Amino acid sequence: MMSRYSIDRWSSRAVLAFGITSFVVLVVIAAFIFRESLPALQEVGLFKILFGTEWYPRYDKFGILTMVVGSIAVTIVSLGIAIPLSLGAAVLLAEVAPQPVRKVVRPAVELLVGIPSVVFGLVGMVALAPFIADISGKGSGSSVLAASIVLAVMVLPTITSISEDAIRALPPTYKEGALALGATHWQTIWRVLVPSARRGIMAGAILGTGRAIGETMAMVMVIGNSPIFPTGLFSTARTLTGNIAVEIAAAVGIHQSVLYVTGLVLFVLVMIINSASLLAYKRRAD
Amino acid sequence: MRVSPQKTEKLAFGAIWASGAIAVLVLVFIVGYVVVRGAPEINAEFLFTPPRGGLGGEGGISSCIVSTLWIVAVTMLLLTPLGLGAAIYMAEYAPENKLIGFIRYSVELLAGVPSIVFGLFGYAVFVTAMSLHFSILSGALTLVCLLLPFLTRTAEEAMRAVPRAQREAALALGATKWQVVARVVVPAAMPGIITGVILSIGRAVSESAPLFVTMGGSSHMPDGLMSSGRTLAVHVFYLAMETNALEKALATGAVLVVLILVTNLLTNSISRRLQARMMGAK
Amino acid sequence: MSKKIMIVVLTMVALSAMLVAGCSGTSSITIGGSTTVQPLSEAWTETFTASSDVEISVQGGGSSAGVKGAAEGTLDIGSASREMKSSEEDEYPSLIVHHVAADGVAVVVHPSNDVSDLTLEEIRDIFAAGSNDEWTVINREEGSGTREVYEDIVMDGVEVAPNAEFLPSNGACKEKVANTENAIGYISLGYVDESVKAIKVDGVVCSEDNVRNGSYPVMRYLNYITDGEPEGIVKEYIDYCLSSDGQQIAADEGYIKLN
Repeated sequence: MMSRYSIDRWSSRAVLAFGITSFVVLVVIAAFIFRESLPALQEVGLFKILFGTEWYPRYDKFGILTMVVGSIAVTIVSLGIAIPLSLGAAVLLAEVAPQPVRKVVRPAVELLVGIPSVVFGLVGMVALAPFIADISGKGSGSSVLAASIVLAVMVLPTITSISEDAIRALPPTYKEGALALGATHWQTIWRVLVPSARRGIMAGAILGTGRAIGETMAMVMVIGNSPIFPTGLFSTARTLTGNIAVEIAAAVGIHQSVLYVTGLVLFVLVMIINSASLLAYKRRAD
Repeated sequence: MRVSPQKTEKLAFGAIWASGAIAVLVLVFIVGYVVVRGAPEINAEFLFTPPRGGLGGEGGISSCIVSTLWIVAVTMLLLTPLGLGAAIYMAEYAPENKLIGFIRYSVELLAGVPSIVFGLFGYAVFVTAMSLHFSILSGALTLVCLLLPFLTRTAEEAMRAVPRAQREAALALGATKWQVVARVVVPAAMPGIITGVILSIGRAVSESAPLFVTMGGSSHMPDGLMSSGRTLAVHVFYLAMETNALEKALATGAVLVVLILVTNLLTNSISRRLQARMMGAK
Repeated sequence: MSKKIMIVVLTMVALSAMLVAGCSGTSSITIGGSTTVQPLSEAWTETFTASSDVEISVQGGGSSAGVKGAAEGTLDIGSASREMKSSEEDEYPSLIVHHVAADGVAVVVHPSNDVSDLTLEEIRDIFAAGSNDEWTVINREEGSGTREVYEDIVMDGVEVAPNAEFLPSNGACKEKVANTENAIGYISLGYVDESVKAIKVDGVVCSEDNVRNGSYPVMRYLNYITDGEPEGIVKEYIDYCLSSDGQQIAADEGYIKLN
C-alpha cells in the first residue's frame, strides 16, 4: 500500500499529464491540418485559393472567395436578426417579466440550445424553404435568407442566456440609483443596465458568431450550395463549412488538400474572432 | 423630446415582450412541427428495425439508436477521465504564469473551432493515418477531441467554485494535496461536474458534421468498435438529403428532441438535488 | 459517496467489457461510393446476406469517394457510376474495375412542366446559363459519377453555371426537382419515378432499350472497384451480382442488365 505521500507525488505528475492534453490536442490538430494543406498551398498558392472567385475542381479551379463571402454574409444577416431579438429576450427575462413568465421562457430558451443542428436544418428545409420559395417566386427556397433565419434561431438562445446572466450579475445599486434619480424602468434598462453589461453581452454575441460561422449540416440543407457570390437574400450560396462537408468524401489529391486549406481558413477566422473578444474583454477591465 | 418617457417605455416594453414571445414561439414551432409531423411514424417497427435504404426511406432507426449509444458510451468513457484530469490540473495544480495562460487560451480557441474542422482532423488522423477507417472508434475519438475543452472548462469552473476555506481546513487537518483534491474538492464540485458530463452526452448525441465524415454512414447494425454506422443525427441528414421520407426524418428528429429534453431535465434535477444535499450537509 | 463511485466504476468496466466483446470477428465487408449504385448494392446485399453469414454495409459518398475508398482501404468495394479517370488510374494502378450493370442518365423536370423534348445543345445551354427566371438548375456535387458522365456527354467541356443548386445525391436531386416547378436536373434512370418527368433528349426517350441500343446518348456502366483481384467473400459477392439472379435483381430495381 503506497503511503499517501507517494500517492500525492504520483498523482500530481499524472494530473500534469492530463492537464496538457487539451493543449497537445490543439497543437496536433493544427499541425495535421497544416500538413494536409501543404500540397495545395504549394501547388496552387494561398492567394489563388483565398482570392480565387471560381470553384470548379474538375477544371482545376480552386477559388474559395465566394464561400468566404457566403459564410460571412450568412453570419452577418443571422446576427442582425438574432442580436436584437436576443437582447430583447434577455432584458425580458432579467428585468421585465414576472416570475411565472420567467419560469416558462427561460427553460424554453435553454432547451433550444440543446436541439441538434440537423433538426433545425430539417425544419428549415421542410417548412421554411417552401415558404421562402413562395415569397420570392423563384427557385426552391434554399437561400441566404433561409440559412440566416435557421442560424439566427440557433444562436438566439446562446446570446440570450449569456446576456441575461450579464444583466443579472450587475450590482443592484446601478438600477436603484438610476430609479432613485427619477428614470423610468426603460430608461434605466437602456441607459444604465445594458451599457454596463456590455462586456457580457458582447461575449455572448461573439460566442454566437463563432457558432454561426462553424455551422455545417444545417447550412448544406438550406443554402443551395452554389459556389457563387450571393446576389441577394433570395440567392443561393455556399459556406466554407458546407464546402468541406459536401466534398471531403470524394476529394483526392490537390482537391482534398484545398479542403484542408479551407479548414485552416476557418481555424484562422475563429482565432481572429476569439482574439477580438479577448482584446475587448481586457480593455473593458481597465 | 417629442415622445414622453412613459410612451417610449411602453413601446420598448412591447418590443421586449415581442422578442420573448418570438423566442418561445420559435421553440414551440420547431418542437411542435417535428413532433406532430413525426410522431405518427414512430411505432415499434420504426424503433426496432434498421433502415433498409431505398428512396422511400424504408425501415426504421434501430441501428441508428444502437450506433448513437455506442458513440456516446465510447466517447464518454474516454472523455470523462481526460476532461476531469485536465480540469483538476487547471484548477488545483497549475501555477498562474504565462505558460498556463497560453494553455488556457488554447483551450478557449479549441472550444471555438468549427466541428467540421474536427471532422477533417479525425478523417486525416483516425480514419486514414491510424487506419481505423470509417468506424465508431474514429467517430468517438474525434468527438473526444471536440468535447474536451468544454468538459475541461465546465469541470474546472465547478472546482474553482469550491470555497478556499474547505481546502485550507483539510490541509490544516493534515491531508496531502491529493487527498484534498480527491476527497474534498471533487466531491464538492460534483453537481457541476455531473452537469458537464451530462451536457457533453447531449452534445455527443446532437453532433452530426464530424461523425458524418468519420463514421461512414452505414445503415446496418454495428457489431463492434470498428463498425461503420450512423447516429440518429446523421441519419436525419441522410433521410433529408437522399430520400423523400421526410416524415421519417421528422420522426427521427422527434426522437432526438425527446432525448435532449430528457437530458436537460436530468441535468436540472440532478444538479438541484446535489446542490441541496451539499448545502444541507453543512 | 464511495458506494456511488463504485457503481460508476463498475458500470464503466462493464461497458468496456461489452465493447471489447462486441469486437467479434464476424466477417464483414464495406461497399461504398456512388449513390446511383447504392440502391442496387442494397438490393444485392439483402439477398446475398440472406444465404451467407456475412455483414455487408453499404454507404454513399459519391463515385470519387468510392474510388478513393477502395484505394485507401477504407472500403472493400468502391462503387462508381463512371469509369476511372486517367489521373486515378495513374495514382492507383492496382485498382480493378468490374462492370456490374448499366444505367442511363435521365434529364428530369417537374411533372407539371410542359417541356418534354429538348436537343442536347438546348440542354447544354440551359445548364450553362444557370438558374434564372425560367429555370432552376439542379446539379450534383463534385464527387458524383453521374455528374462526371453528364459533363462528359451532355456538357462536352462547357461548364455548368455555378449558380445552380448543388445537391449530394441522386435522391436529393430527384426530391428537389419533384418539389420545384421550374427545376431541371439529371438523375440515374434507376431513380426515375412518377414524381418527376424524364424528358426526351434529341427525341429519344430514356429507357432501357434505348440505352442498350445506343440511341439514348447518356449511358454509363455501373462499376465495382477493388484493390487487386477480389478474393474470398468479396469475390463471392461480385460473382453473385454478375450471375443471372443478380442481374435480374438489377433489372427489377430499374437498372440495365449487362448482356
